[in-house]
Amino acid sequence: MNRIDALFAQKRKEGKTALLLYVTAGFPDLKTTEALIPVLEKAGADLIEIGVPFSDPIADGPTIQKASSLSLKAGATLKKIIDTIRALRRKTQVPLLLFSSYNPVLKYDPEKLIRDASGAGVDGILLPDLPPEEADRVIALCERARISHVFLIAPTTPPDRAEKIVKESSGFIYYVSTKGVTGARDKLDRSISAHVAQLRKLTDKPICVGFGISKPEHAKSLKGKVAGIVVGSALIREIEAGKTREDRLERAAQFTRNLARALE
Amino acid sequence: MKDDKKTILPDASGHFGPFGGRYVPETLMFALLELEREYNRLKKNSQFQKDLKTLLSDYAGRPTPLYHAQRLSQALGGRVKIYLKREDLAHTGAHKINNTLGQTLLAKHIGKKRIIAETGAGQHGVATATTAALFGFSCDVYMGVEDMERQKLNVFRMELLGARVIPVTSGSQTLKDATNEAMRDWMANVDHTHYIIGSVVGPHPFPMMVRDFQSVIGRETRVQIMKKEGRLPDHLVACVGGGSNSIGLFHPFYEDRSVKFHGVEAGGFGISTGKHAASIAKGEIGVFHGSKSFVLQTRDGQIVPAHSVSAGLDYPGVGPEHSYYQNTGRAEYVNITDKEALEACKLLAETEGIIPALEPAHAFAYLPRLIPNLKKDSLVVVCLSGRGDKDVFTLQKHLGGKNNE
Repeated sequence: MNRIDALFAQKRKEGKTALLLYVTAGFPDLKTTEALIPVLEKAGADLIEIGVPFSDPIADGPTIQKASSLSLKAGATLKKIIDTIRALRRKTQVPLLLFSSYNPVLKYDPEKLIRDASGAGVDGILLPDLPPEEADRVIALCERARISHVFLIAPTTPPDRAEKIVKESSGFIYYVSTKGVTGARDKLDRSISAHVAQLRKLTDKPICVGFGISKPEHAKSLKGKVAGIVVGSALIREIEAGKTREDRLERAAQFTRNLARALE
Repeated sequence: MKDDKKTILPDASGHFGPFGGRYVPETLMFALLELEREYNRLKKNSQFQKDLKTLLSDYAGRPTPLYHAQRLSQALGGRVKIYLKREDLAHTGAHKINNTLGQTLLAKHIGKKRIIAETGAGQHGVATATTAALFGFSCDVYMGVEDMERQKLNVFRMELLGARVIPVTSGSQTLKDATNEAMRDWMANVDHTHYIIGSVVGPHPFPMMVRDFQSVIGRETRVQIMKKEGRLPDHLVACVGGGSNSIGLFHPFYEDRSVKFHGVEAGGFGISTGKHAASIAKGEIGVFHGSKSFVLQTRDGQIVPAHSVSAGLDYPGVGPEHSYYQNTGRAEYVNITDKEALEACKLLAETEGIIPALEPAHAFAYLPRLIPNLKKDSLVVVCLSGRGDKDVFTLQKHLGGKNNE
């Protein structure tokens, strides 16, 4: 059982909702990322999505776009990110999901990437612009490396298609809670519970919800209803607001503690 | 690789051999599947085809002439006959209207009343604003701030037509970033919005659909040249950015193996300088804007901003069907520098009294290199994809004028 499967098995047993956090790797630099992840774990994060920066991300809102572009300017590459993960694995056993637009992965070579990433301690991969129709090879490679391959389901996904996606997804199902790009939103879409209930009928795999979740109130409203919630842009804003590395880490920790408390 | 004559491109999932496909976030999949289904239905609908035909003829002024450019032919040695496919004479001054009329009519049929588009040079934006006005739809056009500065006149034209031009400040602030923003908008507003992509790029079904709408260029050319010459042309020459005017000209001749295709990419300052838009010459296979094709990118798979004096070719990707033509050898792709393209504007202006847009000027600039290798009396058709009014300031800046020094 990989770390992601173990996490959700444990949470299910405890009847708890997991806290998943997205960070843009290399924002503002890879040293911060390396320091940040154990801090987030200690503050209550159950799983970290390591975002690989891309020059032209379609699904990302302004916050993550900006973080990505600064990370690229600071010199982050997929190879350096994997090296960072390898170093991190000496300090933490928190489940890690690599989250990347497909092109950097394609350029690296999917076979080599999955070998290197799983070897470094990555537990799963999520490529938001690689739908299951184009993902046969990546799925096979992930299964060989025993890492999870997570797919997205959107509010616009019709039921017959959702049925196919839940079959292809492993680790968990990522339900995208709004129709637009990533980014903090004031209010959550009211249709989330209904959609998740529909998905529940199709699978007993863990269903996590992300895109637009930013506050403890959001976390509270989803607590117990989903296997996990994903918070990204709002965390990145906290990191962005910090003046020094210590300040960034402290803000991120405080933010995480507030979310974790809301899920208790 | 030998092509099977019966190959239908793309296949059912939008692939041209290893290229094309649909690489988008799940939020967009439903819209793309719906669009594909509706397009395949309307393609066979005689009323839709009849309405489109009427719009193309009565509104856009088709068929555009196929003009025998005798003085240009003479100036280039007189050995071959050069014909110009006059897309510059279509309404709004470029071939872009062929696609926007088709897609706006499609939006009407599927009940979407808001149109969005991306634009680089502004020609696609103007064509979209035009057809949106014609149908009474609201229209938002995304445009990089750098392009807005370069193409002020087209920004004003779009606004005059009732469209809202949304400045894009992300990334390199050019066409690629405008395309990202348009896709993001579409993700959020997919229920009531149709996204009219301006070239044969993007996720399936766009490369197929835009090609089909632009194929009117090649279909007319076939009829016209048969009438004038009694035979098919030997060579077709067109510029390639995303590649819609070139695919529109080439595709209807795909199975006529005697007809050679020449796609001309923008070489910018020269393809060895790194400042160019020659995705086929210098790109590598990548996934960009929803499909797999040749892309200008770094070792780490980050997209590299393109450069061309022509805003319409200033794009780091290329349509997947072109990548397929390149890989199978069906077309040859060459490139022309900014300087050569600017000179070609002058040549066409002085020999034929036609100022071409900077985009097709690249196609004309290739003729002096191509023609010496051709058999005597060859028939060459060049797609004059747009007129040069939008570029006169750029031309003035680079070429100067006798009364201007």
